[in-house]
Amino acid sequence: MPYLVHSPEDRTAMLERIGARTMDDLLVDIPRSLRIDALDLPDGLSELETMAEITAMAARNRVFADRLTFRGGGVYRRFIPAAVAAVTSKPEFYTAYTPYQAEASQGTLQAIFEWQTLIAELTALDVSNASLYDGATAVAEAAMMAFVHTGRDEVIVSGYLHPEYMQVLRAFGAGRGIKVRKGGEPTKKTAAVIFQQPDFLGLLVDARSLTDAAHAEGALAIACVDPISLALLAPPGEYGADIAVGEGQQLGLSPSYGGPHVGFIACTRELVRRLPGRLVGASHDAEGRRGFVLALAAREQHIRREKATSNICTNHSLCALAASVYLTYMGPEGLRQVAETGFRRAHMLAERLAALPGWEMAFPERQFLNEFPVRAPKGPSLARKLARKGILGGLDVSRWFRELKGVLTFTCTEVNDERALDELLAAIG
Amino acid sequence: MTEPLSFELSRPAMPPRLPSAGQTGPAPADLLPAAALRTRPPALPRLSEPEIMRHYSRLASLNYSISENFYPLGSCTMKYNPVANEVAAALPGFAGLHPYQDEDSVQGALELMWRLEQALCAVVGVERVTLQPAAGAHGEWTALRMIAAYHDSRKENRTEVLVPDSAHGTNPASAALSGFHVVEVRSGPDGRISLGDLESKLGPKTAALMLTNPNTLGLFEREILDIAEMVHATGALLYYDGANLNAFMGICRPGDMGFDAVHMNLHKTFTTPHGGGGPGAGPVGVKADLVPFLPSPTVERVDGHFKLDHRRPQSIGRVRSFYGNFGMLVRAYTYILAMGGDGLSQASQDAVLSANYLRKLVEDDLEMPHEGPCMHEFVASAGRLNHEHGVRALDLAKGLLDRHFYAPTVYFPLVVPEAVMVEPTETESKATLDSFGAAIKELVAEAKTNPQALHDAPRTMPVGRLDEVGAARRINAWLQGQSDDPVLRWKAPE
Amino acid sequence: MADRRYTKTHEWVTVDGKTATVGITDFAQSQLGDVVFLELPNIGRKLDLRETFGVIESVKAASDLYAPVAGRITEVNQKLAGKPELVNSDPYGEGWIMKLELSGELPSDLLDESAYKSVIESSAGH
Repeated sequence: MPYLVHSPEDRTAMLERIGARTMDDLLVDIPRSLRIDALDLPDGLSELETMAEITAMAARNRVFADRLTFRGGGVYRRFIPAAVAAVTSKPEFYTAYTPYQAEASQGTLQAIFEWQTLIAELTALDVSNASLYDGATAVAEAAMMAFVHTGRDEVIVSGYLHPEYMQVLRAFGAGRGIKVRKGGEPTKKTAAVIFQQPDFLGLLVDARSLTDAAHAEGALAIACVDPISLALLAPPGEYGADIAVGEGQQLGLSPSYGGPHVGFIACTRELVRRLPGRLVGASHDAEGRRGFVLALAAREQHIRREKATSNICTNHSLCALAASVYLTYMGPEGLRQVAETGFRRAHMLAERLAALPGWEMAFPERQFLNEFPVRAPKGPSLARKLARKGILGGLDVSRWFRELKGVLTFTCTEVNDERALDELLAAIG
Repeated sequence: MTEPLSFELSRPAMPPRLPSAGQTGPAPADLLPAAALRTRPPALPRLSEPEIMRHYSRLASLNYSISENFYPLGSCTMKYNPVANEVAAALPGFAGLHPYQDEDSVQGALELMWRLEQALCAVVGVERVTLQPAAGAHGEWTALRMIAAYHDSRKENRTEVLVPDSAHGTNPASAALSGFHVVEVRSGPDGRISLGDLESKLGPKTAALMLTNPNTLGLFEREILDIAEMVHATGALLYYDGANLNAFMGICRPGDMGFDAVHMNLHKTFTTPHGGGGPGAGPVGVKADLVPFLPSPTVERVDGHFKLDHRRPQSIGRVRSFYGNFGMLVRAYTYILAMGGDGLSQASQDAVLSANYLRKLVEDDLEMPHEGPCMHEFVASAGRLNHEHGVRALDLAKGLLDRHFYAPTVYFPLVVPEAVMVEPTETESKATLDSFGAAIKELVAEAKTNPQALHDAPRTMPVGRLDEVGAARRINAWLQGQSDDPVLRWKAPE
Repeated sequence: MADRRYTKTHEWVTVDGKTATVGITDFAQSQLGDVVFLELPNIGRKLDLRETFGVIESVKAASDLYAPVAGRITEVNQKLAGKPELVNSDPYGEGWIMKLELSGELPSDLLDESAYKSVIESSAGH
C-alpha cells in the first residue's frame, strides 16, 4: 500500500512491546456495534493507474490558451515567472507546518514578513497580515473588523462589488448580526462603507469621495482593490482608507478552477489589534540576532476562543509566498509595466469592439484599467462561437445584475498579444 | 545564520524583460486624472532573478519541514505529503481552468469534485459533503451556520452551542462567529466528556454539541451513542470536529455514531501539504436534515453529466468565492484513489498502533494523566518535571528541536497542565519512533541533572528563543521597520 | 489610602472618598505572564457591578476584566498603552488600571486580604 511504512514484522514487534495481542485490544473503547469491516470504496491503485485516471480526468477539461483568454471577473491570466513554482515547490516551504516554533520556522516566518511588507507597501497602509483565504472572505473579515471597532452593526456596499464577494459578506454578516445595505449614504449607524476599485465591471470609482463620506459619519472606509492596479492607481493609504482588502490571485497564482488563491488585508496602525488571523513580527534572541515570530497571538482563536474577531487558523501561507516571489521578481518597474501593458491593450480592444456594428461601451463616461463592460448585440451565443475558435470571450454579467442585460466584460492583460486581439475580432465576425 | 530581507538586499537592478505594449493604445496618464494616479511608486525590492532564487533557497534552509524531520504534533496529523499529488494538481487540465468557464468545458473538474464528495461520504458515513470551505475553521463555521439555518427553519430559537473544555480554540470562536452563545461542558477525571455535566447543560436553547472523537486527549468517547441520544432527545444536533479522523478510517464512522454534521481537514487526514500555514480545505459532511442548507452551488450528476446547482433556496449561501480550494481537492482525490478503502483502513490502524507504541516507549519518562490505550495520539504531561526540576513542556519542546525533531504540540489541550500532545501518524517508521523515544529519555534525564541546558534550548537553530513578549508589545510588523530597536529597524529601498 | 479589597476574579480596589482605583492583583499578573496589551474603556462610561470593562492580554492568554464596584470611569492609566509591563512590575502602584466615581454603596462581597489569600490558595491546587 502506498505511503505506509510498517512491515508485518514491525507491526508484530510493536504490538508485543505494547503488550497487546491484536489491534482489537487497542480498539477496545469502540463499541462493537459501531465497528465496520471495510470502507465502501474500491481498493487502492498503483501510482501508474492512479495517474492514468487523474490525467484522463484532466483531459476531460478544456483549457483555453492564456493569450486567447479575455474573461476576468475576479480571476485573470497573467504571466507567471518560472521562479514562482520553483520556490513554492521547495519541500522546506510547502511541507512545513504552521510556524508556531519560531526557531525552526524562520524561512516561513521571514517569507511571510516580506509578504506583509509588500502588501503594506502596495496599499500604502501601516500593516498587513499573513494572508486570508480569498478576496471574498477578506471583504467579510474587514466588515467584521469595522463592526467590532465601531460597535455599529451596518455596512454599506457602494457600487459594483464582485457579486460572489457580496454573497460571502452577507453569509458572514448573517452569523455575526451585521446588516449589509447595497448603496445609500452612510449615517451614524454605519460601521463601514465598502467599495471595489476598479469595480466588478472594471470601472474606476471615486475612492476619495467615498472614503471622505464614510469618515464624515464616523464610519470606516474599506477599499477592495486589485493588487496590480496599485502600480498605477492611488493606493488606499493615499486617499485615507482605513482597511484595504483584495484578491491576490493575479500575483503568480494559476486560475485552478477558483482556488486556492489568496486574500490580503492591510490597515492603519489604530486598527492593528482588530486584524484577523496571523501576524508576523520582528524580534531578537538573547544573542541579539534578529528573528521573526508570530505576534499578537492573543487576538487569535486559540487564545481568545469565543472572543476572537475571527476564527481563522489555517490561512493561505504558501499562496502568499507565491505572490511574494512574483512581486519581488517584478519589482516596482516590472509591476508598472504589467499594469500599463494591460491598460493599453484593453483600451485598444475596447475601441475596436465599440466600432463593431451593434456594439457599444456600457458606461462610456467612466474610466477603466484593463477590464471593461460592453453591450453586445443580441444573437446566437457569442461565447459558443468564440469557444469554437479556442477563445474564452467576455463574461456575461447579466447573470448577476438584471439591469445589465446584454452586457459583457472583457479583460486584457500582458498575455494577450496584438495578434490575439485580431483573432478575437475576426472570430466575432 | 540569518538572511537579510529582500528589502534589505534590494539595489538598483534592471526590471525583468516583459512584453511591451508598444506605443499602441493610450497611456494611463493620457486618460486618467492625476488625482486617480499613484503619487509615489510602491517601494518594492529590486532584485535580479539569480539573487531572488538564492534568497529563497537560503530562507528554505532555515525551515524544518516534514520532508526532512518527524513532526510529532498532536492534532495536526503531519503525515507524508505524496509527491504524486503535486503532479496531479499542476496538470494544465486542472491548473489552467477559469472558474467562469462553461460547465461543458469543465466536466473533468466537476467529476473530480463529485467523486471526491462520494468518497468522503463513504469514509465518514454521511449523505452529502460541501467542498467549499477553505480551511478547518471555515468548515466549522459553515457547519454551524447550517445548524442555525436548520433550527430557524423549524422556528426554534436555539442560541447556545455546547463545547467541551478540552476543545480546540476554533470551536468556540466559530460558534461565537455564527451568533451562538458558548457553554462549556466539563471533562470527567477519565478525560472524556462528563455525561452528568452535559445533561445539566442540555436544554431547549441548545442548538448543538461540538465534539471531536477521539477527543483532544486521544481518547475515544466510549459513550458516544448515549451522548448522541441525549443531544437528539433535546432537539439539538451533534457536530463532529474531524481533526482526529485519522484515528479510525475503516474502523468506524462518525455518521454511524449519530453525528449530523461531520467536518474534515484535507490538510490533516488526506495529506494535502501544510504549506507553512495553508492553504488547506475543510469539507463538511451532512445528514439528510441538513442537506437543504448546504452552501451553494453543489455539484450534481444528472444522466452522467455534471453540473453546478445554484438553485438551492434554503442554502446558507456562499462561504467563499467560486467552488472550493480546487487545487487541494485534486490532491486529496489523488491520494484517495491511490490508497483506496483498504489503504485508508490500514492507515488508521497503523496510526493507532504507532501512537500506542510511542506512548509505551515514553510512559516512564513523562506522566500519563489518563489510562491507555489511546487512539492515534496521546497526551502526556511535564507537570511533575516542572514541579520537581523547573523544566516545562516548552523547554522539552525546544530541547527536541536541537535533536532534529520538531516539537510536539504543547499546552494543548488546556485541561492538562504542561501538556505534551504526540501524534506520530502512520508514515513514520518504527526506527524513527524508536529514535524519538530515545530523545525523550535523554531530555528527561537532562532535565533532572542539568535543567538550565533546556532553558537555554534551542542552541543549534539559526536563532535562539525569540523575545515574543517584545514582539507582542511593540508589534514590529510595521511598514519600513519603524522601530525603536536598532536590530529590528530597516530602511525601505529608495 | 483605604485598605485594599479584592474580588474572586483577581481585581483589587481601593477607595478614597468617592473615588475608587482598580487594578489586577499580583497573583493575576503572575498567572498571565508578561502583559503585552490592555484593551481599556473610555472615560465617562458607566459600569455596573461586575460588568466586563476591558481585556488584558499576555503572549499566551487574554482575560476579561470585571468591575469590582459600580461607578463612572473618570480616569484610565494612559501609561499602560506604551508600558503594559507596569502591570507586572507594580500591579498595586504604577500598574493601576482605572479610577471610578463610585455610585451607590460598596458591594458586601469584596474580600479582605486574608479572604483573598484563601481564594488563591484553593485555586493553586489546579
